[in-house]
Amino acid sequence: MLSLENITRIIHEWLNSHFNPAIALDTEFVLVGVASITLFALLGLSLVWMERKVAAVMQIRLGPNRVGPKGIFQTTADTLKLLMKEGLVPDGADKFLFNLAPFIVMIVAMLILAPIAFAKNFQIWDINIGVLYLSAISSLSVIGILMAGWASNSKYSLLGAMRSGAQIVSYELSAGLSVLSIVVLTGSLSIKDIILSQQNGWWIFKAHIPALISFIIFIIAVTAETNRAPFDMAEAESELTAGFHTEYSGMRFALFFLAEYINIFIVCAIGATLFFGGWMPLHIGSWQAFNHIMDYIPSSIWFLGKTIGLIFLIMWFRWTFPRLRIDQLLNLEWKYLLPISMFNLLLTSLVAIMGWYF
Amino acid sequence: MFLKDYIKDVYGAVSSLLKGMRMTGYYFTHHKEIITEQYPDNRETLKIADRFRGEVVLLHDENNEHACTGCSACEIACPNGTIKIINKFDISPEGKKKKAIDTFVYHLELCTMCNLCIEACPTDAIKMAQTFEHSVYDRSKLTKKLNNEGSKLREGIE
Amino acid sequence: MIEEIGRTTEGDLIINIGPQHPATHGVLHLVITLNGETIKKVEPHLGYIHRSIEKMCESLSYRQFIYVTSRMDYLSSHINNHACALCVEKGLQIEPPQRAQYIRVIMDELTRIASHELWWGAMAMDLGAFTPFFHAFRERETITDIMEKTCGARLTMNYMVPGGVMAELHPGFQRDVERFIQLYKSKFEEYSELVTGNVIFQNRMKSVGVLSKEDAISYGCSGPVGRASGVSCDIRKLYPYDIYNKVEFDEITETEGDSYARYVVRLKEIQQSIRIIEQLLGNIPEGDFQAKTKAVLKLPKGEFYQRVETARGELGVYIVSEGGTTPYRIKFRSPGFSNLSALEHMVKGLKIGDLIAAMGSLDLVIPDIDR
Ligand code: SF4
Ligand code: SF4
Repeated sequence: MLSLENITRIIHEWLNSHFNPAIALDTEFVLVGVASITLFALLGLSLVWMERKVAAVMQIRLGPNRVGPKGIFQTTADTLKLLMKEGLVPDGADKFLFNLAPFIVMIVAMLILAPIAFAKNFQIWDINIGVLYLSAISSLSVIGILMAGWASNSKYSLLGAMRSGAQIVSYELSAGLSVLSIVVLTGSLSIKDIILSQQNGWWIFKAHIPALISFIIFIIAVTAETNRAPFDMAEAESELTAGFHTEYSGMRFALFFLAEYINIFIVCAIGATLFFGGWMPLHIGSWQAFNHIMDYIPSSIWFLGKTIGLIFLIMWFRWTFPRLRIDQLLNLEWKYLLPISMFNLLLTSLVAIMGWYF
Repeated sequence: MFLKDYIKDVYGAVSSLLKGMRMTGYYFTHHKEIITEQYPDNRETLKIADRFRGEVVLLHDENNEHACTGCSACEIACPNGTIKIINKFDISPEGKKKKAIDTFVYHLELCTMCNLCIEACPTDAIKMAQTFEHSVYDRSKLTKKLNNEGSKLREGIE
Repeated sequence: MIEEIGRTTEGDLIINIGPQHPATHGVLHLVITLNGETIKKVEPHLGYIHRSIEKMCESLSYRQFIYVTSRMDYLSSHINNHACALCVEKGLQIEPPQRAQYIRVIMDELTRIASHELWWGAMAMDLGAFTPFFHAFRERETITDIMEKTCGARLTMNYMVPGGVMAELHPGFQRDVERFIQLYKSKFEEYSELVTGNVIFQNRMKSVGVLSKEDAISYGCSGPVGRASGVSCDIRKLYPYDIYNKVEFDEITETEGDSYARYVVRLKEIQQSIRIIEQLLGNIPEGDFQAKTKAVLKLPKGEFYQRVETARGELGVYIVSEGGTTPYRIKFRSPGFSNLSALEHMVKGLKIGDLIAAMGSLDLVIPDIDR
């Protein structure tokens, strides 16, 4: 059967049989790099299109429908337009940092990609501290945002960046705690182990209430971490015009824009991995026949389906809710999410120790 | 007591958010009506109200006759100086001088579609047309001459 | 605390909100002084859309000047025109026929609903929710369609003339309005589910931008802004014009004076407007829609003042006549100007987000402020 797992194995064997191992490894690095950049471009284009369609349908409109069937090439056209636009650097901006910031944000997004399992045995880097790596790297993106805000020499940008800093640093906590509860249940930090532990059912079903609570907290926290509405304080177009990327134009703006969607994809992929079993098909206990049918659906489809489901959820938030105020945002984190997730971690540990999950 | 309020708070908040999501979710799954106009694709089916004020036109009948006597009432009524009536004097067969319009100048770019000229006209010679696609590349195209070439005043209108 | 706010120190951040800014809905320019995120000072700068309408009116005849006023508060253009028409009628001492009065009031109320609908959508958009905007337009579009059918235009209608209205209602008017009322009633629940009941929305609006009754009076706030602070200032009740004294409706007042109260007042006002329309729609009397007037109107020497309740508050039209065909001087008392002046008082010491919420709840239309 032609699956992603087989393709990589064939490539690996072919390279190793034709070249010496060092060159083969180098070639693989390059291939992985090219593949992830392509994935980024594709993801960015399709997610922006998806967002616009989702928004349109919720707002009783049609959405993009001019370029290509159902407007699927609209985002490509937009990207081309952005590429051709002049990238302005404002007077008095710190040119070096100003140019660097979008790349930092982008590179951070790329780094997070490494430990994510896209399909069965299809993972760039199976690191045994995967979850730790994820939460460590994902908090780095705030540096890019702060850099952009500071270097722009614009007060809107500065305010947006400062807001974003406060926000990401605080929401990192509850995101981390909710992720921890799954780690507690699994007893491993490796993404692979976490997925394998959901062989007989996803954690969100197996560990019932605590898992559900931590999932809700997780989804709220990551929405905040990716600066998405209703937590888009960093952009807040009705307050700060465009927040930290007010002064950006052309390709640099496109990079920020792309990074936003890549980040959404990544956090949703993490959510799908932790709570919904990643590429693991839906298995229900001992229903052998049912489990077999589910196994026929390729694992990559499972993974993508779950991720897109979560992405839809986040988009749904955006097109329903008004934005919070900055102090309410911090209140929500420190007065509600953090205590609840701490309590929930205790509960989860209890459940894990007593074996009260299925 | 404190804990009870706290939980009630959280519960109320979450349920209000879910209500909103149910609303947008309903629209997501029931995608029937569209509130936007698919212009210009729907040009053929576009229905424009009869009274819609798009542009002032001078009505001509099949004999190329109109009802404008050149009284300039519309010109006076117009708040923007949009209309300029240029008159000439025809010599009738009996040798009498008769006033008639030479050119009915209409500056579309100045018109605010207020309908005052139509109201003012004693002979109902002008009316509002329902056209609305007025954009042109050259501003001089917006200055129009409303009376057709060789048109004349309909018999019996003073 | 108070002293601290008044002082400008170094480290203060001065930010321009506008003249081109997503939240100002036009060319309003606010210079705000910030300490971190906290607002210390708000200074509105006006004049970006000043077209000197008052001066223009001095060279226009009493029939002509009415259409210009549609361009002041373009969302309640009918009501502006109504005010001018009433003022001229006062000078001429004519009374429009009953039918015209009914039509005028119905049109006014439809305009008010359309204006509040648009405001509702824009308010939600200011707070970052985009979807309500389109839902609001769905209902508003029905009203603009009615306007287009009867008056010939969708926004700047110019339908009121001294002595009545310009044209007869279009044949299906009653049916169209009934259909709108039905649509609105079926969708009203959505408004509260999508926005009013939302916990984020409530937190953003409640006890934000509080304006006490005394302050509301001293700043001259009128309309929903004044009524939300408990000032009874509905001109339709206090100084009824046309047939407002014959219809039954409640003056909505709230006591909190915060943004949420202003929001609630407007939503309730829509329902009162519907109540008024329902009372009038079925029994519009037969007759002329316009009183006989001379072709050239001349107001006697003197001063004439007429006030009406627009969607934003009290609009006053003040005409000084020297007896000629054009006014000697015209002055408009626009509600937006006074309401805007209360903004700084409302948001001092709050956050930027609150400024946006409070500004949204004032329902500012910039051309109305600048004229
Ligand atoms: S519609 Fe108004 S502005 Fe246009 S020509 Fe007639 S009177 Fe003048
Ligand atoms: S259009 Fe009417 S008002 Fe104007 S000049 Fe002709 S007859 Fe007179």
